[in-house]
Amino acid sequence: MVEAGAWWTPLAAPALLFGLAALAVAGHAVLDAVCAGRPLTPVAVLRPFLAVPRALVERPRRLPASDRLLWRTGVVTVPVAAVLSTLVIPFGNHAVADLSVGVVWFNAMEVLTWAGLWLAGWGPNAAFSLVGGYRFLAQGLAYELPLMFALISAATGARSLRVSAVADAQYGLWYVVWMPVAFVVYLAGVLAFSFLGPFAYPAGRDIADGVLGEASGVDRLLLRAGRRLWLAAGAAMAVPLFLGGGAGPVLPAWAWSLVKTLLVMGLLLWVLRRLPVLRADRYVEWAWVVLLPAAVAQVLVPALVGLDP
Amino acid sequence: MDATSTVLLWVLGALALTGGVLVFTLNSMARVTFALLGSLVCVGGVVTVLGLPYLGVVIVLMMVMEMVIMAVFMIAYMMDPAGLMPMSMLHNKRGALCVSGAVFAGLLAGIFLVPWPERTGTRPADTTFQVGVALMEDQMLTMVTLGFVLLATMVGTTVLATRRGRYDRFGDDLDRRPAEDPAGGGVGR
Repeated sequence: MVEAGAWWTPLAAPALLFGLAALAVAGHAVLDAVCAGRPLTPVAVLRPFLAVPRALVERPRRLPASDRLLWRTGVVTVPVAAVLSTLVIPFGNHAVADLSVGVVWFNAMEVLTWAGLWLAGWGPNAAFSLVGGYRFLAQGLAYELPLMFALISAATGARSLRVSAVADAQYGLWYVVWMPVAFVVYLAGVLAFSFLGPFAYPAGRDIADGVLGEASGVDRLLLRAGRRLWLAAGAAMAVPLFLGGGAGPVLPAWAWSLVKTLLVMGLLLWVLRRLPVLRADRYVEWAWVVLLPAAVAQVLVPALVGLDP
Repeated sequence: MDATSTVLLWVLGALALTGGVLVFTLNSMARVTFALLGSLVCVGGVVTVLGLPYLGVVIVLMMVMEMVIMAVFMIAYMMDPAGLMPMSMLHNKRGALCVSGAVFAGLLAGIFLVPWPERTGTRPADTTFQVGVALMEDQMLTMVTLGFVLLATMVGTTVLATRRGRYDRFGDDLDRRPAEDPAGGGVGR
């Protein structure tokens, strides 16, 4: 059973999320070094973290007629939404708040990234960053509905929107086994809302980093941190949704949660380096013609299994 | 209702009203859109505090998506999207003032004149479940009809809005494969 609302959980959840995000950054550096054939030294692993002090002392770039209020709002929204999404994710036997509508809460926080990234693109009053913001919306219209149906599959199987209930309902058989389509669609959604790998189109190199392009110093740091935080939060949420939460032999529940989260995150990190960037117009058609029907068909499975005779 | 909920209700209500006023006083389309979004998010909070967490969170979810898409279209069609030149969101000021004043007075009078019912029975444990039962049992027919009407509207408006028809895409004999589309897609084209 999941206990919610112990006094230390609101401190532990963000700390854990930041730790996982840092691990993701380090893991990326490791994979970089391995792929480039460089020796795997501590320096190679820690090098990306030099960006943090560098960003903190960097002189912010000023642009003419930028909408600073909206820009800042957007930049802050992305990491804040990622942290807020972890409120409902049970880690082992603990959650910050085990809301009765936890799945919808996670989805709502994820959708806040739409507003955040669009604002981050709009605020600087620059063409490429605005193009990046629009690209994220085009991509969002494609990934959101299949992702929602993937979440609905897990909730339908458990007959509850409470995340801990979804985890508990998988006693004996994980949802990943009999809802593989929903699991894959969900993982694709995680990469999409953290705009990484094949979904890095809004921050594409062809438009000079898009939404990230005009942000400098702390702004850029927050946006890039938001990406990794979303990756970590998405990986953590996959565990109660599809991988049975903290269930497992011998080890305590929190250890199983951690192991599964790290495995999912490792898988995502590996995948995001393997796939080319998808153009939104190509992905939209594929998402609506292939993914969405597949996700709807997947929802049908738990709905039929759960039917009372 | 306990003290925390009452305070939350007042704060969220005041913020929602402030957002609503800002919609008509700001002069940049982006700011107006996000003031409206802030207002609606507060309304979602009010609904949550009133004991309907599912509807409250769904309002936030839907309104964020809707307002961001709306921002794209509003900015695409407005003459001064960024508010670089001061512009007013008010049109037909005198008429609008009369209409909105009358509506406001009517609603306010309603609050005080309507005999509000007392709660009978106990509060349900899980209002999300109640919403589901109401939609899937009592109002099933309404929702199914509504769904088809909405879908038909969406398909209809898209068909009417697009300049290209099936003969442009598939040729005079409808046998051109792949279809000739202005933008390539992802499924075999």
